[in-house]
Amino acid sequence: MSDAALTTTQGAPRFYLADEHEHEEGGSTALGFWIYLMSDCLIFAILFATFGVLGGSYAAGPSPKDLFDLPLVALNTSMLLLSSITYGFAMLAMQRGRTGQLQAWLAVTGLFGLAFLSIELYEFAHMIHEGATPQRSAFLSSFFTLVGTHGLHVTFGLIWLVTLMVQVKRRGLIAANQRRLACLSMFWHFLDVIWIGVFTFVYLMGMLR
Amino acid sequence: MSDNAPVLHAVFGRLTLDSLPLNEPIVVGTFIVVALGGLAVFGAITYFKLWGYLWREWFTSVDHKKIGIMYMVLGIIMLLRGFADAIMMRLQQSIAFGGSQGYLDSHHYDQIFTAHGVIMIFFVAMPLVTGLMNLIVPLQIGARDVSFPFLNNFSFWMTAAGAVIVMMSLFIGEFARTGWLAYPPLSNIGYSPDVGVDYYIWALQVAGVGTLLSGVNLICTIVKMRAPGMTMMKMPVFTWTALCTNVLIVAAFPVLTAVLALLTLDRYVGTNFFTNDFGGNPMMYVNLIWIWGHPEVYILILPVFGIFSEVTATFSRKRLFGYTSMVYATVVITVLSYLVWLHHFFTMGSGASVNSFFGITTMIISIPTGAKMFNWLFTMYRGRIRFELPMMWTMAFMLTFVIGGMTGVLLAVPPADFVLHNSLFLIAHFHNVIIGGVLFGLFAGINYWFPKAFGFKLDPFWGKLSFWFWVVGFYFAFMPLYVLGLMGVTRRLRVFDDPALQIWFVIAAFGAVLIAFGILFFLIQLAVSIRRRESLRDTTGDPWDGRTLEWATSSPPPDYNFAFTPVVYDNDAWWDMKHRGYTRPQTGFKPILMPRNTGTGVILAGLSIALAFGLIWYIWWLAAVSFVGLLAVAIGHTFNYARDFRIPAEAILATETARTRLLAAEVTK
Amino acid sequence: MNRFRSLALLPAAVLLGGCNMVVLAPAGDVAVQQRDLIIVSTVLMLLVIVPVMALTVLFAWRYRHSNKEANYQPDWDHSTQFELVIWAAPLLIIICLGAVTWMGTHLLDPYRPLDRLAAGQPVTQEVAPLRVEVVALDWKWLFIYPDYGIATVNELAAPVDRPIDFSITSSAVMNSFFIPALAGQIYAMPGMQTKLHAVINRAGTYEGFSANYSGAGFSQMKFAFHGLSTADFDTWIADGKKGQGGLDRAAYLQIERPSEAVPVQRFASVDPDLYRRILNRCVEPGKMCMSEMMAIDAKGGLGMAGVYNVLPLEYDKYRRRGSVLGAEPGYVASICTPEEAAAMMASRSLPASVPAGSPLIGSGLQLPGTAVPGFTPVRTPSLTLLTGERRPSNS
Repeated sequence: MSDAALTTTQGAPRFYLADEHEHEEGGSTALGFWIYLMSDCLIFAILFATFGVLGGSYAAGPSPKDLFDLPLVALNTSMLLLSSITYGFAMLAMQRGRTGQLQAWLAVTGLFGLAFLSIELYEFAHMIHEGATPQRSAFLSSFFTLVGTHGLHVTFGLIWLVTLMVQVKRRGLIAANQRRLACLSMFWHFLDVIWIGVFTFVYLMGMLR
Repeated sequence: MSDNAPVLHAVFGRLTLDSLPLNEPIVVGTFIVVALGGLAVFGAITYFKLWGYLWREWFTSVDHKKIGIMYMVLGIIMLLRGFADAIMMRLQQSIAFGGSQGYLDSHHYDQIFTAHGVIMIFFVAMPLVTGLMNLIVPLQIGARDVSFPFLNNFSFWMTAAGAVIVMMSLFIGEFARTGWLAYPPLSNIGYSPDVGVDYYIWALQVAGVGTLLSGVNLICTIVKMRAPGMTMMKMPVFTWTALCTNVLIVAAFPVLTAVLALLTLDRYVGTNFFTNDFGGNPMMYVNLIWIWGHPEVYILILPVFGIFSEVTATFSRKRLFGYTSMVYATVVITVLSYLVWLHHFFTMGSGASVNSFFGITTMIISIPTGAKMFNWLFTMYRGRIRFELPMMWTMAFMLTFVIGGMTGVLLAVPPADFVLHNSLFLIAHFHNVIIGGVLFGLFAGINYWFPKAFGFKLDPFWGKLSFWFWVVGFYFAFMPLYVLGLMGVTRRLRVFDDPALQIWFVIAAFGAVLIAFGILFFLIQLAVSIRRRESLRDTTGDPWDGRTLEWATSSPPPDYNFAFTPVVYDNDAWWDMKHRGYTRPQTGFKPILMPRNTGTGVILAGLSIALAFGLIWYIWWLAAVSFVGLLAVAIGHTFNYARDFRIPAEAILATETARTRLLAAEVTK
Repeated sequence: MNRFRSLALLPAAVLLGGCNMVVLAPAGDVAVQQRDLIIVSTVLMLLVIVPVMALTVLFAWRYRHSNKEANYQPDWDHSTQFELVIWAAPLLIIICLGAVTWMGTHLLDPYRPLDRLAAGQPVTQEVAPLRVEVVALDWKWLFIYPDYGIATVNELAAPVDRPIDFSITSSAVMNSFFIPALAGQIYAMPGMQTKLHAVINRAGTYEGFSANYSGAGFSQMKFAFHGLSTADFDTWIADGKKGQGGLDRAAYLQIERPSEAVPVQRFASVDPDLYRRILNRCVEPGKMCMSEMMAIDAKGGLGMAGVYNVLPLEYDKYRRRGSVLGAEPGYVASICTPEEAAAMMASRSLPASVPAGSPLIGSGLQLPGTAVPGFTPVRTPSLTLLTGERRPSNS
């Protein structure tokens, strides 16, 4: 908007917009959601820092080498990475306006997410069964909390995903739903990025420690 | 125990009749007073049939102005509770000498000083600051509401829910006995097995959700919704400081959330983050909580710096001196506030190099702060200063805050801190900056913007009385604490041996009484102003000859704030408009899209209280039910797509024509 | 420095005559230097504070609304010179103060052994510092004199003009060890050790206390600090040696329990290993010392077998219930020496302390082949770990 447009024909300054376009709803949603994601990222930053400080305090108990099963974690990681890719396909379908395709990809994403969660729960259950509980050492506390918080995020992502599938089914690809799908997309990829951090920093580096 | 003990336990968790402080006369008395007061208010509202009005026009409102006002009301109510705690401490400390145990045992006294700190920071200063930002920022940037109006309502109710949880602890169970930051291992389950710390944790977590979301909301509002022409460097200084504060909120509160979550896990599931054994590390909590805690100080003080900038320029009737350096100073403080957290615990025994680093970064913050001080000074220079109430509070601030700043820098010198840390000198210092800075600023802001919010000015006589009692009371209450700190008296003590100390505590208690009158006169000021509102009426919308956009609209502003979005050419936009021939448009109105009210925020906050209560008392079914309820209501809310409505052009025309008549009457008067 | 002192103290002395500002008139050299630093910093800051306050009042008066004679320039909002001054003035002060801070913090680092007893009185080689081990208990102070083999509760003494070397820790929660007349405070933290070097220059009795809130008995967590002449100190030590009883691990576990407003107690002898065990949180028999645990952790822990090397906690200050959703509270069992393990097995009667039916982790109860519930080292004490051999990974 140039200054010229803001002056009247007489050259006096124009102090208000005589005909204004209506603010479309949700104009700040993308920015707002980004800011929220960054604040969430800080929560993870604190959990990573905590793991960094306490990750070596085994309290004369088991260490990552005794506990982690890298092939399983690799499988787990691939589930989450694949779910990100399929979410990408879902977004492509959304942009082409193909509701059926979108729903299918969302369902696939959800299944991958569910597989990820199941494998993670299996891993946790196995560790707890062996006695490596979150109470056993500060290392285990910070491990379960960091990985578990990520898992909790994935769980909420899944609930959100299902909600959106219902909403898309009911309302179709209206602007509000597209915006929500874009937000969930950011959230989902964000969790992926966090997981890459977890995989590297907790599992790989743990085995190298 | 009888046979039904397991059943009772399943239904009520660890809540038993013994949890009610029935044998404690002070608490029971308080409860009766609060209950009678509550009943009276409840009865009055019912009698005058106000419930519908309150629900429709206030509780469910998504109007940023009303939400701002509700924040302020919450802050003022909680100020009374926090101050009651303060005066109980002052009384205890001024009588517990020479073998006397005073009138409070440690069980109560320790709760009181913890509650005082928590309430004053989280439920007085934060709501008042957030409330003013909510009320003023959209008006200052020429917007019609915030970016996410529903979230704004939800944020407020979460903050209020946090306050409700703290208040519940007074009558059901107890509050934390740990100090306001609940350092472990003391706050861990081994040493604080009761519900106090759980009340603390859940109150802060619930309120923290509100604070964080309101931070996101205001950042988006300021970044995305400024009037055309208002570039970043043309934003009013208050909006700038609000932006920086909200950036700080978003970048600091997640740390608090995370660290309290870790403490929660320690207490509920027995993890070992901050325990002594099993490799835990309590000092990590101290580090983490201060990584949130120091920015928190600036979250409170920065907006207040903004208020002083607005007030000084308006009442000196002069442009703000050094706008650019003011903005840069604010941004520098924002960034530096993350690099100083260790100065809260130099005495932990970090090495000399670490301590010096954090000491010097702390001192560096005083450079931009000093520059701001000079900027206000040179704004007054060659001005025409009217000493109305907001300006009086500003003067009191300038003279008081520099003392607090000086003692603050003193505490930043690590070897000096070794002798002054945790002493009453420290208490005097931070009350000096929080009362002398934040609180004086809030009073300046309240007196300054009250006519904008309600359409009439606050009564100056009672305001001045309140001002003098507050300022004089402050000096009486806290200067003795500086002296006591130099006498080597530490904080949070309940009883004393040395009789030489008593006189200073008595003076401090006297100061607290003066402050009590200051608060009382403030309340009287509100009441008198409401009664005399016709003679204090502001019909112009611009009672102080203001400079920024909030004064361009009527007082109180219409729901839509501005019939036409203003266009900005100067950082004193309204001053510029007034002086370059702005004429108010009277025709050509178009319908305006506005958000619809919703009760979801209230319901979610209510469920959060139930969830917190269930978790605090180990009533698992309640926690589970309210958690599922929270999810269901939140998801249900997203199925509502019809969130907006249009104010028809005729309604706007009617409102604006009424204002035109008022303004005309003002001119002929 | 003397000039500063008298200048700054003059108004204070007039106002506060008769009140004992111990922070401004301490009796130990470290506290004296800290006091000097306070005064220097204050004077430096007053250089900018006083003009600001004066200008505030002056401008407020001069440019008041009713003074129509004053210069009024409503649009004057910038001056490069003024801007330079307002940023430079605080900057210069902070540069000076920063330099003072850097030097002062390093010189007065509590970890740094003293090099002077007072101004112009350097520490000589032949004077060995007095070593004192300080333990913050709930809610009293334990002082151990390792060189003399005695211990006291809530009473501390030191000879005048002899450096004191404090080692400080805490048994349970955080406290802060502070004798204002002697030197600045430092935190006392469980499982951690802080140091403080100080010297008392004037004989007398001074107040010491905890400067960090630590629970119900905090207000009375005080002790007397006696600065004594060398002869008096020797008498004091001799009296101490005649005192009641000794302080061994069992006695320590008794006095460690919470108590308030505790009178002075003296112990004629003290277990020489006690302080190390307190610091490493292994006074209780059979509990693994933190130093050992950390050494094991540095080598990669004890593997899955270490999981069950946990004993239930019998007593931890309050009737500790542990967390509601977690396990019973416990601690890691020691695997120091076979003898100790044997002694521990003999001395402990575990089942008695464990309520029947409560969930229980530990002590190898669920381990196959252990008929008697009790401690059995899960695998041969992995002393090989301590000698540096890396255990092969299980996975």
